[in-house]
Amino acid sequence: MEATKLLDAKGLACPMPIVRTKKAMEELNLGDILEVHATDKGAKSDLSAWTKSSGHELLKDTEEDDVLKFWIRKA
Amino acid sequence: MTKILSTKDLAKKIVNHEDTLILDVRNTDEFDNWKIEGGNVEVVNEPYFNLLDGVDAVVGKIQKSQEIIVVCAKGGSSKMIADMLEEEGFSNVYSLEGGMKAWSEHLEPVKISDLSDGGSIYQFVRLGKGCLSYFIESNGEAAVVDANRMIDVYERFAEEKGVKIKYTIDTHLHADHISGGLQLAEKTGGTYYLPEKDATEVTFDYAALEEGNDIIVGNTAIKVQPFYSPGHTVGSTSFIVDDKYLLTGDILFVKSIGRPDLSGKAEDWVEDLRHTLYSRYKNLSDDLIVMPAHYSFADELGKGGSVSARLGDLYLRNSGLQVENENEFRKMVTENLPPQPNAYEDIRKTNMGKITPEPEDQKVMETGPNRCAVEG
Repeated sequence: MEATKLLDAKGLACPMPIVRTKKAMEELNLGDILEVHATDKGAKSDLSAWTKSSGHELLKDTEEDDVLKFWIRKA
Repeated sequence: MTKILSTKDLAKKIVNHEDTLILDVRNTDEFDNWKIEGGNVEVVNEPYFNLLDGVDAVVGKIQKSQEIIVVCAKGGSSKMIADMLEEEGFSNVYSLEGGMKAWSEHLEPVKISDLSDGGSIYQFVRLGKGCLSYFIESNGEAAVVDANRMIDVYERFAEEKGVKIKYTIDTHLHADHISGGLQLAEKTGGTYYLPEKDATEVTFDYAALEEGNDIIVGNTAIKVQPFYSPGHTVGSTSFIVDDKYLLTGDILFVKSIGRPDLSGKAEDWVEDLRHTLYSRYKNLSDDLIVMPAHYSFADELGKGGSVSARLGDLYLRNSGLQVENENEFRKMVTENLPPQPNAYEDIRKTNMGKITPEPEDQKVMETGPNRCAVEG
């Protein structure tokens, strides 16, 4: 999937993955896609809950070798 | 800077039934699944990611002078939100150290009573998960029943009391939490007892619990009488301690009864469960004090945080003991069961010695409430 921007939040503990994601999204334009990499296991349910409450769209998420990857479209 | 509250201090507030206001900032799914409970605990949920632009959402719900304990999964987000609340003029804010992960591990020892011939019995209340374990000591010796994974807590307690842990005993093979029984016995040079019928697949040496073979703690001071009481598992064994306390394991709780489905098919154990509850236990003295291995509801916490009830009283008010019709009973314990405990199959394998997850993974496996009961 073609992302507009990549955010590397690996090694950051909660709440930082979401704090950084939120900030990065604010700098994007409508329809842009942010790709997020994180290692904090809590990021999975928090990011999916956050996208729901903020209105952004979580397009896809994967887990490879303990790295969680998310693709979020700005709404 | 935000004040940090230890799990120990929070536990004291809860067992002393103090008014406690908690702001839980985890996401709502996690909150709905599992939260801090207690008789006088009020919990407000507002996920931290909804508060990043400002704490307005909670301003209307909480007064600025109120004592607030902010809680999250591991203690990071709660600290951030607590700092933000202080900046907004909230004057009495704490962040719970280590979050729910640490809360799940806290064990609160509560003295139940002295025993007739010297010695005493303590209940260790795991407030975060609703697990109960027991420490019975007499004349320099101790037995621990249904020990949790955090064995250092029992070791330190034994040291403080100047007693040696000689026996660790599990009433059954647990499915909701990882047993500390084997490790604790290995560490203290004691003997680990398990019911033989629950131990057919274990990979380690153990001593078999047998009805009629009493375990003596402290010379002749305390009898721990095993009492075969299947139903939650096929081997489930109860104990009568000092002719007064009935340790029921996961067979009978204060407000509910054990579920028969965690070690196989519910149908297989329904009859055993019914026979134990409606016949074997019924033949015992009404004056025995039931001390279960779990509780499910905050209002089961009594004075000082202990959980217990007179057996005769439970036959009058525990809804699981009032079902005269056998088919209705079968339906109650096999249909509409609550969700199973988190990772229960892996927890059982760990307790059999078949797998040995990393310590951090063990903590994650134990996330959530115990869910060992069926509400009648």
